[in-house]
Amino acid sequence: MIRVEGMAMKQGAFALAELSFEVPASQYAVLMGPTGCGKTSVIEAICGLRPLTAGTITIDSQRIDTLDPADRAIGYVPQDGALFTTMRVAEQIALPLHVRGIRGSKARGRVDEIARLLAISHLLPRRPQGLSGGERQRIALARALVFHPRVLCLDEPFSALDEDTRLEMYNVIDTVRARTRVTALHVTHSRTEAQRLGDLVMRLEDGVLTRDTPDSKPATARTQQESPWASPSNT
Amino acid sequence: MTGAAPALTSRRLSNAIFHTSLASLMGVYAVLLLAMLVAMATFTSPADLLRTFESPEIRYATKLSLISCTISAILSLWIAIPAGYVLSRYTFLGKRALDLLFDIPIVLPPLVVGIALLILFQTIPGRWFQDHYVEVTYRVPSVIIAQFAVACAFAIRTMRVTFDQIDNRRENVARTLGCSRAAAFFRVTLPEAWPGVIAAGTLAWARALGEFGPILVFSGATRMRTEVLPTTVFLEMSVGDIGAALAASILMLVAAVVVLGLTRALGMGHPVA
Repeated sequence: MIRVEGMAMKQGAFALAELSFEVPASQYAVLMGPTGCGKTSVIEAICGLRPLTAGTITIDSQRIDTLDPADRAIGYVPQDGALFTTMRVAEQIALPLHVRGIRGSKARGRVDEIARLLAISHLLPRRPQGLSGGERQRIALARALVFHPRVLCLDEPFSALDEDTRLEMYNVIDTVRARTRVTALHVTHSRTEAQRLGDLVMRLEDGVLTRDTPDSKPATARTQQESPWASPSNT
Repeated sequence: MTGAAPALTSRRLSNAIFHTSLASLMGVYAVLLLAMLVAMATFTSPADLLRTFESPEIRYATKLSLISCTISAILSLWIAIPAGYVLSRYTFLGKRALDLLFDIPIVLPPLVVGIALLILFQTIPGRWFQDHYVEVTYRVPSVIIAQFAVACAFAIRTMRVTFDQIDNRRENVARTLGCSRAAAFFRVTLPEAWPGVIAAGTLAWARALGEFGPILVFSGATRMRTEVLPTTVFLEMSVGDIGAALAASILMLVAAVVVLGLTRALGMGHPVA
């Protein structure tokens, strides 16, 4: 569960005040809003990449806004994936495991498992250069999920993709949700995307947060089954 | 339709003039450089050059130049990588003043750098350092310090531009994945900055190789002691031995071209996406 209470930020001319919302455990929340409304700032603040001037952020009853980004156990997928250009795909997916002291066959096993889930096993030896937008986002998603994050934050992850790839990625998200049951906050400016993916849709405009009701959703998005990826705690 | 043909001709003529102007202006500098190289290469015979290279003074100067430039370049990188990173990534009080300070050796006349170093090592702390650790003034360490003082400024500028060009979002993503700031730097940012590190090292080495003014003032021009290749050129020219001066110049030219070629080749390994 993500709980944001009285979040306020200020950077230059941009300011956001008194923002509060809650995403229940295992729910997929989508935050919509026009360009420049501050939705990316909200996600960056949750990830610890932008300082708050006021307010608190709680994940699963633990207050995290005072923690370093490394200690928040949040899987973050930025707009273009932000893949590490000097690492092979397998290396960058394994990075969160290595920094947590998980190495060798255990790390390889986890990388293989998440790669199978996201259908990127064939990309593991490759470098990011030359990969398609959809492949890059699958890898970014694998990297964000491999360490069993408590929360997944996605910042307009599909905005640069073509229509077909975007639809394909919606199905990937369905698969991930079905297998991991991770609580997610997804930022987008696309209403279609919000309605397709969100259990909970929020709109941020002029500093005011309102709640939308999503249209009907495919059943796969709510399917829950036990899997190694359903671990509720950070590894 | 009647106006289309003249407009096409006019555009073609404009394009031709534009391309010719670009090629001409670029060509002037290229021709000047080539003419300088050809003039140097044809001024003396290979046999005379080889005979000059056998001179113990030129051999000593070559050896000291190569060693001191390499040490200066390594020291410059040691400082330039963290300094460039701090200037690129952090905001703090006095950042602009520090940035300006690091640019001073770039714009300062070389002789002034030499005088400043000479005076620094005659102050009480400077003398204390020389008395307790190592003799600097007019000795080999002064050559390295003089080269480093100027070369490091160029390396810092290069590293700052390099880090500016690397998107810090990848570093931020690494932090969310569990990396400390240091781990994100060493695992993500520094490997991506590798071509810039190579460029900064090359620039520092080349600057150090050509350094003359500060060395003349701070280290003197003592043969077989603090003589580097630019000093050799100066000393040989002052006694009218153009052949020996040319030999030292050609050595510097060859060394610079070899280092430039090698580092350019090495630096192409990691393209930044």
